[in-house]
Amino acid sequence: MQKTLYDKLWDAHVVKDYGDGSALIYIDRHLIHEVTSPQAFEGLRIAGRKPWRLDANLAVPDHNVPTIHRDHIEDPVSKLQLETLDENCAITGITKFEINDPRQGIVHVIGPEQGASLPGMTIVCGDSHTSTNGALGALAFGIGTSEVEHALATQCLVLRKARNMRVSVNGQAGQGITAKDIILAIIGKIGTAGGTGCTIEFAGDAIRALSMEGRMTVCNMSIEAGARAGLIAVDQTTIDYVKGRPFAPTGKLWEQAVAAWQDIKSDSDAKFDKEVVLDAATIQPQVTWGTSPEMVGTVGSVVPDPKDETDDVKRIGMERALEYMALKPGIAITDIRLDKVFLGSCTNSRIEDLRAAAQVVKGRKVAANIKQAMVVPGSGLVKRQAEAEGIDQIFIEAGFEWREPGCSMCLGMNPDRLSPGERCASTSNRNFEGRQGQGGRTHLVSPAMAAAAAIAGHFVDVREF
Amino acid sequence: MKPFNTFTGLVLPLDRSNVDTDAIIPKQYLKSIKRSGFGINLFDDWRYLDPGNPGDDHEKRRINPDFVLNQKRYKGASILITKENFGCGSSREHAVWSLMDYGFRAVIAPSYADIFYSNSLKNGFLPIVFAENRIDDLFAQAAALEGFALTINLEDQTVRTPAEENMIFEIDSGHKERLLKGLDEIAVTLTCSDNIRTYEKKRASEAPWLFPDV
Repeated sequence: MQKTLYDKLWDAHVVKDYGDGSALIYIDRHLIHEVTSPQAFEGLRIAGRKPWRLDANLAVPDHNVPTIHRDHIEDPVSKLQLETLDENCAITGITKFEINDPRQGIVHVIGPEQGASLPGMTIVCGDSHTSTNGALGALAFGIGTSEVEHALATQCLVLRKARNMRVSVNGQAGQGITAKDIILAIIGKIGTAGGTGCTIEFAGDAIRALSMEGRMTVCNMSIEAGARAGLIAVDQTTIDYVKGRPFAPTGKLWEQAVAAWQDIKSDSDAKFDKEVVLDAATIQPQVTWGTSPEMVGTVGSVVPDPKDETDDVKRIGMERALEYMALKPGIAITDIRLDKVFLGSCTNSRIEDLRAAAQVVKGRKVAANIKQAMVVPGSGLVKRQAEAEGIDQIFIEAGFEWREPGCSMCLGMNPDRLSPGERCASTSNRNFEGRQGQGGRTHLVSPAMAAAAAIAGHFVDVREF
Repeated sequence: MKPFNTFTGLVLPLDRSNVDTDAIIPKQYLKSIKRSGFGINLFDDWRYLDPGNPGDDHEKRRINPDFVLNQKRYKGASILITKENFGCGSSREHAVWSLMDYGFRAVIAPSYADIFYSNSLKNGFLPIVFAENRIDDLFAQAAALEGFALTINLEDQTVRTPAEENMIFEIDSGHKERLLKGLDEIAVTLTCSDNIRTYEKKRASEAPWLFPDV
């Protein structure tokens, strides 16, 4: 029988089939951060259990970490959560990158960067954006804290198999169109529940043409399309990316792995339960205008009128969103003026993202109406790389703040957040009410679009900038 | 996990679709290292008029009188009815913990985000799915009748209305058994320890790069 990539990854990890559509699935890599793990470690302790397999785990602090003054964490509640991770890893013996280790960063950035996430693996983390790792041809998905505890204790999870969905982006994307525009266009088309119950395989020429960084951006936002996991088949781009990374196999094992990875793709006649096709050539730079990632339009469009929406539930949602966002129907997207710009998050904080933004910023200055523009690299190694290339100086000279790595203003668990009413162009993944700070208004865009918006003070089409 | 028993509970109607986990429990409260105490901050941004932070004296916070949770007739509600794609967004299990800590034991909606659905079942919190027209009907009944309560019987897979109408819902048999017995899923999995070890051995021979320490 012809199998999809997801079928293959699933089948290779079945420890026990329960015969009712669910199975005990083996987990190859478990990534851990400070927010969703304390209660799981506590649960293990209470039950007198130990981690099943230490070397499958890797921990890093990212959500709460300050992006300035790293040696002093002011918020006592954040501090306790970070110390709890330290303690839990020390007691169990789980490998953890310290806050000042150059390898520290956003958990979904460091997995692939370290080679801890490999093709063909099952990868979990108590965080919905674990789907990022699917770019490597791995089955990677977010889990809750009960499942964190279950994965720690048994190296397995009890899962129901999802349905197979393929999103093909055919043809060639235009100049200036990034991975972020592609995934936002997909979400705009299928909606935030379009992939619910499915694992999405992203395919097509425009996906194949993306770098690994771009593929990670696409898979990262699978969850915003409702799918717990997103996948991309392994090709030479994947193998070139993985080679030589610290946790990646070497020597004979490398050769053996590469040979096996040739089959990390769907069979040519594999059947999908759901298929969606997009023409890459039609994709324009995207900007969200509402409070759900599906509330998205092109930079050249206007804020839509809820009156034109025939679905009652959607119309009410739109009216509510526009009220929260303080936007009126018919306003040109390019007339939306901004207060802050955030370049970072597990969606867009890798070196390629910073390079793209720096190219736009170079030799220009942040507009006077922008109160704060900040760049938060995805990891210490991304930061170092950028500094070696002089990218930090380009940002600093333009008036951006150059920060230490972490989740930062994507969700504002650390001190980086929006104040009520502030409007932000953000390269992150969620524009929910209050996401970046209570009363804050988020517009999701690509790094290049965010950079151009910082210079202009409002949204502009980066292709004409 | 406590076994899920038949109960009758007051219904709270939350007439919104795509309620995300940031709305259910905002991020500042995720800094807690405990599983309890989240109920007071359930729907925090909608429930209070002033911004909240961990450790605030909630007696002093300004209540939003328009938000349904603050209306007297819904005090003590234990069944939430809401619209499509409930629990979308982040994987935070704190969303389920906050609903349960507030006093909810079940939610009824046309659809849920996958991770929220899974998190609910792990905690003995029952997410029931009904078709949209059914849900609309429940909203209408909840609005018309003060004290509108439902009886949920998991064994029979029924929700009974005050008019004695029995509505049948679907649930996976494995989930149902775990909920009814209040089984510890980890303990159940650990009864398969030999299967896990056998798998590891086989996998390590086929894909040795995944087991560098072996």
